[in-house]
Amino acid sequence: MALPFNILVLVCLAYVVFLFLVAFGADKRASQGGSNWLGLPLIYTLSLSVYCTAWTFYGAVGYAARSGLEYVTIYLGPTLVMIGWWWILRKLVRIGRAQRVTSIADLISSRYGKSNGLGVLVTLLAVVGTTPYIALQLQSVTLSFAVFAAAAPGGFEGADLSATALWVAVGLALFTILFGTRNLDANERHHGVVTAIAVEAVVKLVALMAVGIFVVWGVAGGTTEIASMIADSPISNWNINPGRWAGLTFLSAAAFLTLPRMFQVLVVENVDERQLATASWAFPTYLMLMSLFVVPIAVAGLNVLPPDANPDLFVLTLPLHYNQQGLAMLSFLGGFSSATSMVIVASIALSTMVSNHIVMPIWLSARSDEGATVSGDVRHLVLTSRRLSIGAVLLLGYLYYHFSGGGAELAAIGLISFAGVAQVLPALLGGIVWRGAARNGAAVGLIAGFAVWAYTLFLPSFGEAGIMSAQMLTNGPWGLEWLRPRALFGLAGLDPVVHAVFWSMLINTGAFIVVSLLSFPSPLERLQGAQFVNVFEHSASTKGWAHGGAEAEDLLIMAQRIMGADEAQTLFQAQASDQGKEGYLPDTTPDFIARLERELAGSVGAATAHAMVGQIVGGASVSVEDLMAVADETQQMLEHSSQLEAQQKELTTTARRLSEVNEKLTQLSIQKDAFLSQISHELRTPMTSIRAFSEILRESDLDHAAQEKYAMIIHGEAVRLTRLLDDLLDLSVLENGQVQLYPQHEPLSHVLDRAVAATSSLSAGGIAIRRNPEAEEIGLYTDTDRLAQVFINLIANAAKYCEAQAPCLEIKVSQKLGELRIDFVDNGGGIPPESQAVIFEKFSRLSDQAAAGGAGLGLAICREIMDKLGGTVTYLPGQSGAAFRVTLPVAM
Amino acid sequence: MSPSREPLFLARQNYRRRRISDAARLLPFLGVILFMQPLLAAGQGGNGTAGWLVYVFVVWVMLIVVAAILSRRLAKTGSDEVSPPGYGVEDAR
Repeated sequence: MALPFNILVLVCLAYVVFLFLVAFGADKRASQGGSNWLGLPLIYTLSLSVYCTAWTFYGAVGYAARSGLEYVTIYLGPTLVMIGWWWILRKLVRIGRAQRVTSIADLISSRYGKSNGLGVLVTLLAVVGTTPYIALQLQSVTLSFAVFAAAAPGGFEGADLSATALWVAVGLALFTILFGTRNLDANERHHGVVTAIAVEAVVKLVALMAVGIFVVWGVAGGTTEIASMIADSPISNWNINPGRWAGLTFLSAAAFLTLPRMFQVLVVENVDERQLATASWAFPTYLMLMSLFVVPIAVAGLNVLPPDANPDLFVLTLPLHYNQQGLAMLSFLGGFSSATSMVIVASIALSTMVSNHIVMPIWLSARSDEGATVSGDVRHLVLTSRRLSIGAVLLLGYLYYHFSGGGAELAAIGLISFAGVAQVLPALLGGIVWRGAARNGAAVGLIAGFAVWAYTLFLPSFGEAGIMSAQMLTNGPWGLEWLRPRALFGLAGLDPVVHAVFWSMLINTGAFIVVSLLSFPSPLERLQGAQFVNVFEHSASTKGWAHGGAEAEDLLIMAQRIMGADEAQTLFQAQASDQGKEGYLPDTTPDFIARLERELAGSVGAATAHAMVGQIVGGASVSVEDLMAVADETQQMLEHSSQLEAQQKELTTTARRLSEVNEKLTQLSIQKDAFLSQISHELRTPMTSIRAFSEILRESDLDHAAQEKYAMIIHGEAVRLTRLLDDLLDLSVLENGQVQLYPQHEPLSHVLDRAVAATSSLSAGGIAIRRNPEAEEIGLYTDTDRLAQVFINLIANAAKYCEAQAPCLEIKVSQKLGELRIDFVDNGGGIPPESQAVIFEKFSRLSDQAAAGGAGLGLAICREIMDKLGGTVTYLPGQSGAAFRVTLPVAM
Repeated sequence: MSPSREPLFLARQNYRRRRISDAARLLPFLGVILFMQPLLAAGQGGNGTAGWLVYVFVVWVMLIVVAAILSRRLAKTGSDEVSPPGYGVEDAR
């Protein structure tokens, strides 16, 4: 009736061969570059299912049979972490990609200044925490074999369980070595393994759901029946333990982030951040489906199977009880998948950590005298050390299983293991959100938390016959009650796991924070801290290497040995061409060295890569001085650029000014030409008359009267010429600023009086002048002779040009805004708007020359004089006639 | 360079996107509150396993549905860049 054992082994082997083929095919596809479906979010999501180990596949049902609904907390924690991906996982994945992180130990070591000490610490913690867990997987596989063996009609009762475990371990080691260390992938990604894991994820989900559906609809007969079965079962009355409910949810969430195998699939194997977005809901769905039928299976098992049946194996024994061989086989394969996928990923993760943080540093320091450039293929060494590590990890697991005897204590090891690896959580979370998190803090926190965990949970878990005696457990060491391992500091009454998680996390976090606050991190650590915490701001790197003293050739030799000749040469060549050089040897700039180090870190871990590059580049990478220099450089560049900007602004201003001046000069040149032609014209006219009339005078047959007349004309023209020359001289003196002013005290009325008197004699014109004597009673202190000259000019102009029937000039005096205004407004036609702008120019005459009788220099001279006196003379538009305004600063 | 160079006002699309990411940040807290409900029932003697079983799975499915909607919208609005630049500033604090 039972399945022959041979067939079982055969199916098992066939399944393993199938997995080999899947992994092989995926690896081949990936290496051919056709790996587009490998990046599918579905594959990523399914690969996360390594969280669900045999412990959860078989153990959840047993857990439910013992403690009711509490088993679900193991899935709730990861669910919360996944739906909260925007907080932590997104950042972890980004950091993992930016820093080429190879494992959780690498992340911690890289964050805290590429400290290998921390890497070793985390590696040891992971090994201690994971080894029992691997043993647990071996145990579950052997137990499931044993179930079939017991059910078989005989023939292989003698099958040695321990030998089965050994063969399983050997098989797993083989598979892992084959696909986990095929190549020293720069990204530490294993497409083959991930794909095989995804297939196994489907198998275990299908298996568990098949058993569940069989139980609900096949055995119980429907959902209502199963509900009443639950109500009648021993677990119907759920006595919730609040501490365990909350504590285990927290613990599973923490472990989900910190378990080496989870970190491997979550961060290291992540190809694309978008995978995470899908996994954020798809993986909780997977977990939900995995736990959906756990309670029905447990209840059915408790109902129909004998009371001494192991509830951990209900998933197998129930189908066997109902003689469902196929279902039992499927269930067995599900459990087998759970166990193998966990062991494979965990041993890959652990071997990476062991090889990068323990083997490589030892090898490096052993040949530190020879340097990293000595001959020999490091890739080979790294791969060998990984393979040996995988073997060692599995051997450790097997030995643990063998010597612990596979007893019931092992079943509890799942949570104990969770609590152990969760000690990395404070350093991990603190490292990505808090720049002040320091290496010393992380180290002290890890050690303290690890010690508390070992003391309160790990060591007591071996039982009273183990390392701790019963007497010590009940009374504490040396009779010190407050040191009792399960009631530390008098905190009794708690569940041991919750108690241990509480104290270890509290002490761990506290020590981490306090020591971090007190310590002063090294420059490299602070650089790394900034890059981790602000990973979304600058995914690019800052410089870690300040001096490029390394020989490019040495670096190439080393890189070839780690990355492989082709990859290294491609990298170097690309860098050289970026720098504009031919060949394979770029300048060893800090940028290049930092990039190279990151590439190497993808293969051997940050700390080792840093150490190897350090051997070639020479000693310390970053000193405070270097940092300061970098900061100074930046500062200098900023300053320099702002200086340049200022200079440029200045240049622009100067250029603009120059062009303005140039324009003015051009205009002046034109003006000068105009002036010259004007002045020659002005001089030529009287000269022509003088020459003509003097020629007439030379002819002697002129009568006296005619002679007199011509002489008068010549005289008049000469006077005009003299006046013109006087004016020109005056203007020239004024314009050159050589004029001497003779300021004196004199009331304004006197000055006006003089001006009016001078003009009345000058032109005898019939212009009436209206004045306001009271307003004119203002004392002046200025060159009143010059001022009078201006007034004379304005009055004479009015007298000359006012065409009104009864010409009249009004002189208005007022004081406003600290200036004295003297307006000369006549009642004539005024000056047309288009001419107003030019009347103050030299030789500008609006009417014809004869009427003016001047050279057109009067207003120009007025303007120059007023300029010299500190006032102005302007045309005042909008009055009844022509209006000029003279302003003077009010005398103090 | 300490003052943030983020603009005060965002285009409608960016604004929506930020609020969706806010919702994505708050969802786990909602999950914690709902999943910790059994604690309130503790100490009141026996509790029906079947009832709580249904409760836990209903909450679970609801969270999954909301997370799926949020993550799809987040992935859709920023197809090439899952995180808006500048969010890191908040993350850092």
